[in-house]
Amino acid sequence: MNPPLPPSSRYRLWPPRPALLAGLGATGLVLGVTAGAFAYAGGFLSPGRLTQTRIVDRFEAINGLHPGFRRNHAKGVCVTGTFESNGAGARLSRAGVFAPGTVPVVGRFAVGIGKPFLPDNETEVRSLALSFRPAGGEEWRTGMNDIPVFPVNTPQGFYALMAASAADPATGKPDPARLKAFLDAHPESARALGLIKARAVSSGFADARYNGLDAFRFIDAAGRSTPVRWSMVPLDPVVAQAPPPAGARDPNYLFDDLIARMATGPLRYRLVVTAAAPGDPTDDATVAWPEGREQVDAGTLTLDHVEAEGPGNCRDINYDPLVLPDGIAPSDDPLPAARSAAYSVSFTRRAGEEKTPSEVTVPPRPPGAASSETPRPATGG
Amino acid sequence: MNAPRFAFLSRLLHWLMAAMILAMLFIGIGMVSSLADYHWLLSIHRPLGIAILALAALRLVNRQLNPPPPLPADMPRAIRLAAHASHVALYALMFAVPLVGWAMLSAGGYPVVLYGTLQLPPILPLDVALYAVLRTAHTVLAFALFAVFLLHLAAALMHALVFRDGVLESMASLRPGRGGQG
Repeated sequence: MNPPLPPSSRYRLWPPRPALLAGLGATGLVLGVTAGAFAYAGGFLSPGRLTQTRIVDRFEAINGLHPGFRRNHAKGVCVTGTFESNGAGARLSRAGVFAPGTVPVVGRFAVGIGKPFLPDNETEVRSLALSFRPAGGEEWRTGMNDIPVFPVNTPQGFYALMAASAADPATGKPDPARLKAFLDAHPESARALGLIKARAVSSGFADARYNGLDAFRFIDAAGRSTPVRWSMVPLDPVVAQAPPPAGARDPNYLFDDLIARMATGPLRYRLVVTAAAPGDPTDDATVAWPEGREQVDAGTLTLDHVEAEGPGNCRDINYDPLVLPDGIAPSDDPLPAARSAAYSVSFTRRAGEEKTPSEVTVPPRPPGAASSETPRPATGG
Repeated sequence: MNAPRFAFLSRLLHWLMAAMILAMLFIGIGMVSSLADYHWLLSIHRPLGIAILALAALRLVNRQLNPPPPLPADMPRAIRLAAHASHVALYALMFAVPLVGWAMLSAGGYPVVLYGTLQLPPILPLDVALYAVLRTAHTVLAFALFAVFLLHLAAALMHALVFRDGVLESMASLRPGRGGQG
């Protein structure tokens, strides 16, 4: 029978009492479990987990580190213009951008590789990223490519394809054995890459068709959800690419042709929304939906101004495919969430780095040529 | 025994925010290392962070209206100082982490979407270099908040299991009123 401790001694830690040791033990246990759960949630206990950081690290390992540039689609040029909605898209989506009217757009043409100084003739994929900015409304960002399907359908497949198609330092070309091993393990990618290789490539940026590839859901005013994909279809006649002989054209011929084309007048594209039929896969970007699906022409994109990447223009936008307005929602396609996560890492890294001027420059336009332009939207906020 | 307690509203705010902040810390650390869950976690992270910011403001006002009960008279000076400092740190971080998050999205040119068509205005102009600094600060401050939370949790358990001085009970009680009147 111990006498009760006087009140002032209950805070005394020495000499240790059994209750003190038991209390310290219990406290330590609770703290350890909490901190351990936190470390688990943060992936610190799963070094094999594929994360956004690892994906961006692999881009840097393959392409080299180019401070200030996007880790992929690094070589690009800024464009601005408007999207004129004809109202037809409002049947499928309640997003403000589909109500009849005109919305400012900030876009970026780029080639799909993480090397900002690579000659254009060594690139294979062209992309168009857009940010629709309705006044007082919600922004919609999307990135599209001139390929019919995406080469992979999971982030893990993407990560593996990056390694399999990276140039072998010894030969400067991908190791055929590694590529074959990847394609054997990923028949969906073998099929998709076949379709990508077989596509009709246009002569440049202006006459290319840009496809969103990933499936999203349009939500209408009544809350009805429709799985969709979208494309920007050029109004310029499509001219088949005639690959320039090596060394015969300037290394930025794709961009210089685009700039020369835009000096003659605005570029126009139709926004075509394709609705899935029941049973069409929405979680597999390697598979195109069959021909004959319902298509809605939602309006016309007009791009009338081009400028080199610089402070405050498209350079400083993260074209995160999940910056979506109310009325457009993700589907069960796993790629947009992975892209969103990885773009965030890429954006954060390049935002903090010293900027080098882009390889793509835009010559000043003759006086008076700017008069036909629509007012440029502010790119802030 | 009718020991002094926190006011009922203070206790309600405390436990509500405890659950929200703990969830928030796990969502934050989880989403930056998850590809599949990134988007839906982020879509919870933004409105939950703004809710914590609003509740922190409400709580600071409530603290003036309903001051905490006095600490036990026999509590040593060192523990008193530690208690005071950790609460200043907790309050400062409850404001700083969400505010830096909001500022960071603003400087990065992201729309600050809460839910559906509900958005907050930017509180900074587009400035990606500033975004990069704030993005790092958001992480550092969140880790600091988790560290102070662990200290707070450890202190609460020590009060309950070792000191047995009624400090945890003054916050954990379910009884109405403030007690201490007789």
